Amino acid sequence: MRKLDNFFLKVASGSYGHIIKRDDIIWWKAWGIRILSVFFALIVCGFVTVSLTDLNPIEMYVTMVEGAVGTPRLTWNLFQNTAILLCVSLALTPAFKMKFWNIGGEGQILIGGLATASCMIFLGGKLPNGVLIPIMFLASVVAASIWALVPAYFKTRFNANETLFTLMMNYVAIQLVAYFTLEWSVPKGSGTPRTLEFGQLPTLLGQKYLINILVVIVLTVLLYIYLKYSKQGYEISVVGESEKTAKYIGINVKKVILRTMAISGALCGVAGFLLVAGTDHSLKSDTSGGRGFTAIMVSWLAKFNPVFMIVTSLLIVFLQKGASKISEVYRLNSSFSDIITGIIIFFIIGSEFFINYRIKLARKEKNV
Amino acid sequence: MEKNVALELKNITKTFGSVVANKDISLKVRKGEILSILGENGSGKTTLMNMVAGIYFPDSGQIFADGEEIVIASPKDAFQHKIGMIHQHFKLVDVFTAAENIVLGLEDEKGFDMPKYVEKIQKITAQYGFELDPYKKIYEMSVSEKQTVEIIKVLYRGADILILDEPTAVLTPQETVKLFKVLRNMREDGKAIIIITHKLHEVLSLSDNVAVLRKGEYIGTVKTAETNEAELTEMMVGKKISLNIERSAVEGGEDRLVVENISCINREGVKLLDNVSFSVRSGEILGIAGIAGSGQRELLEAIAGLQHLEEGKVIYHNPKTGEEEDLRDRTPLEIRQMGVRLAFVPEDRLGMGLVGNMDIVDNMMLRSYNKGQSLFLQRKAPKGLAEEIVDRLEVSTPSLATPVRRLSGGNVQKVLVGREIASSPTVLMAAYPVRGLDINSSYTIYNLLNEQKKSGVAVIFVGEDLDVLIELCDRIMVIGSGRITGIVDGRNTTKEEIGILMTKSDAACMQEGGEGENA
Repeated sequence: MRKLDNFFLKVASGSYGHIIKRDDIIWWKAWGIRILSVFFALIVCGFVTVSLTDLNPIEMYVTMVEGAVGTPRLTWNLFQNTAILLCVSLALTPAFKMKFWNIGGEGQILIGGLATASCMIFLGGKLPNGVLIPIMFLASVVAASIWALVPAYFKTRFNANETLFTLMMNYVAIQLVAYFTLEWSVPKGSGTPRTLEFGQLPTLLGQKYLINILVVIVLTVLLYIYLKYSKQGYEISVVGESEKTAKYIGINVKKVILRTMAISGALCGVAGFLLVAGTDHSLKSDTSGGRGFTAIMVSWLAKFNPVFMIVTSLLIVFLQKGASKISEVYRLNSSFSDIITGIIIFFIIGSEFFINYRIKLARKEKNV
Repeated sequence: MEKNVALELKNITKTFGSVVANKDISLKVRKGEILSILGENGSGKTTLMNMVAGIYFPDSGQIFADGEEIVIASPKDAFQHKIGMIHQHFKLVDVFTAAENIVLGLEDEKGFDMPKYVEKIQKITAQYGFELDPYKKIYEMSVSEKQTVEIIKVLYRGADILILDEPTAVLTPQETVKLFKVLRNMREDGKAIIIITHKLHEVLSLSDNVAVLRKGEYIGTVKTAETNEAELTEMMVGKKISLNIERSAVEGGEDRLVVENISCINREGVKLLDNVSFSVRSGEILGIAGIAGSGQRELLEAIAGLQHLEEGKVIYHNPKTGEEEDLRDRTPLEIRQMGVRLAFVPEDRLGMGLVGNMDIVDNMMLRSYNKGQSLFLQRKAPKGLAEEIVDRLEVSTPSLATPVRRLSGGNVQKVLVGREIASSPTVLMAAYPVRGLDINSSYTIYNLLNEQKKSGVAVIFVGEDLDVLIELCDRIMVIGSGRITGIVDGRNTTKEEIGILMTKSDAACMQEGGEGENA
């Protein structure tokens, strides 16, 4: 133990080498490091594959790519999933920039979806789709916003921990949706979710997911502009960087927290709306599919830049789709694909360390 | 090699990224000697000593103790070689007693025997003339008592080489005298003592030798007995400069801000400001002196609308309308909307005055971003302002797009002061505006404050260097434990007078039930 202790002490004090923060890194170097990390990840995955299974790693990667973009249908699927994940990531970003850890995306999506579904059930058939769809949209945005405002209010009023609060709100939302799924299932109580026929989003150019994708593209651009060029976006940055500075220049911090969480919730509501009305045409308690959590990673990996998030969300969805194809084709259980995805993401996140720091080895000295 | 050299450094170099903190430094300290390491802020004094204490590891160079080369890779190694460092920020467990803190982390094969430890502690205190109650809890202690605990902690571990980092920064003049007495006793006992400081008079009164560092380089060592203040300043700064700060006569001098009987408390109910009253006049610089944490911050924040007040008034005399307005419990935004042009340079520059991760332009925008009806930011005017400040105050920065946290302390301060002055204030408050700045930047700031004074601004200057306060300010108000203990005329006061006022409150407070809190 003591030897180990000493080893760590020496590492920490720099006897072996130093970790030095980089001042700045040229963009192509940063991307070079990232691409290199994916490359290394694939090599490591290859070793893991060979040692755990008898598969040829190259073949496995080909299967992976095929699983993600093998057919036009799969490709559209990939884009649609990316769009939804991107939408949720966009939603979390303003809150994260404000250092308000909104872990409640999952619940906010579900509440949005629940609002959409109830409009489709209770107003469906009574109103034309042209009227119904805007109502559904509005209802989900408002409902999810209110859902997100609850923890924000408690944060501003009692300084309640938002991470725990938003997390707990997820479970409430999941159970609420589970209740209504059962209530609305056909036949009632069977648990088979009802297919919602009225108020489905229209098919554009023969592609039923195109409208989802377009909506999210527009949101990406809007959010980018909002965060970078609007006064409110600036306030979010200031509050996130230093609440003390915000107070010092007279920003009403509580107001900014409430407003930003309302936006965060609203965008989650849009994701719920798109999922229920545009993709699934039904509502289940797993409609959100963990995206509220995956989006946290997407947002962080992209350093809260909405445009980079297009890349990171695509990457994550690509890995998920590809990996699940591997388990399907080679009849491996799904843990294996999780291992592969995990290794790749580990390397990508790890590469950020080498982008921010460089390591300088100590030269050999006597007596060390 | 001389027999009694306790510690010797040879050609020590340390770099952080592209910054060279220490370059090829060699020095010695003998047993029974007090060595001062003198240098301005940022000259690499603390970095150098941290390498001796095992916090950093040198990039190159050698360290010798008792004539033998040693490797110090951790604080543990440092203790093995009987080297102990007392850092500027104390590392004590608040809810433990002095004795518990002192023995914390030591392994005793025979079990835990507090009376035995206390006996040993008392032996040390008696030997060197410390005053310490081993059973007193840290949170009940004053800063000076905490420092005593830190010193004894190091002695208890058998240190023969003691390094003290700016030990007097938080002490009153009287406490400093006591500390020096103890240090002299240790010298008599044969300990080698190194004190890091940038205060010349301390160097002259205490040490045997002075080693001077300038911008990471070793300039030389001189015998204290054979040097004087002027020579040391020249070594430290690199050229002769006069310490004279210009002070013009006060013109106008009508009351601009009148503070009446304000009090505020913290969460624990301790009074941070206690019945404070004073006024600031247009065209004068009012200095505020006091030991760090005596309520200076709360006072300025109370005026700026950032501190809730229990009672009292903050009356602003508007020079345009002639009206009087109470600023108490208004938010900074409300104060601005009332037409009060109040500029505030807070102590915590990057944590409060500026946003470290934003560039200069975006930091300029902090004050003005909300102007106009547009939903979007106007970066044009702030950009112009940024260019003007960089140009006029000679801010050295790679570009306007560089995050301000990357700038050096002096440049950060220029950016902040520049922005605050740009709003053409009628009241300007600056808390420790030259802390951590080199002499040239400090003078830039003094000149800016003087310029403001001449144009009729009421300036409040919170400072820590009494020499500067006396040279710069028209009146100096002394604050101690949240009370005003005196207001003196800057033109005919002395450091001693202010020093006495700074400590007066402490004694008064202790008599009244020990409310004097230590920050």
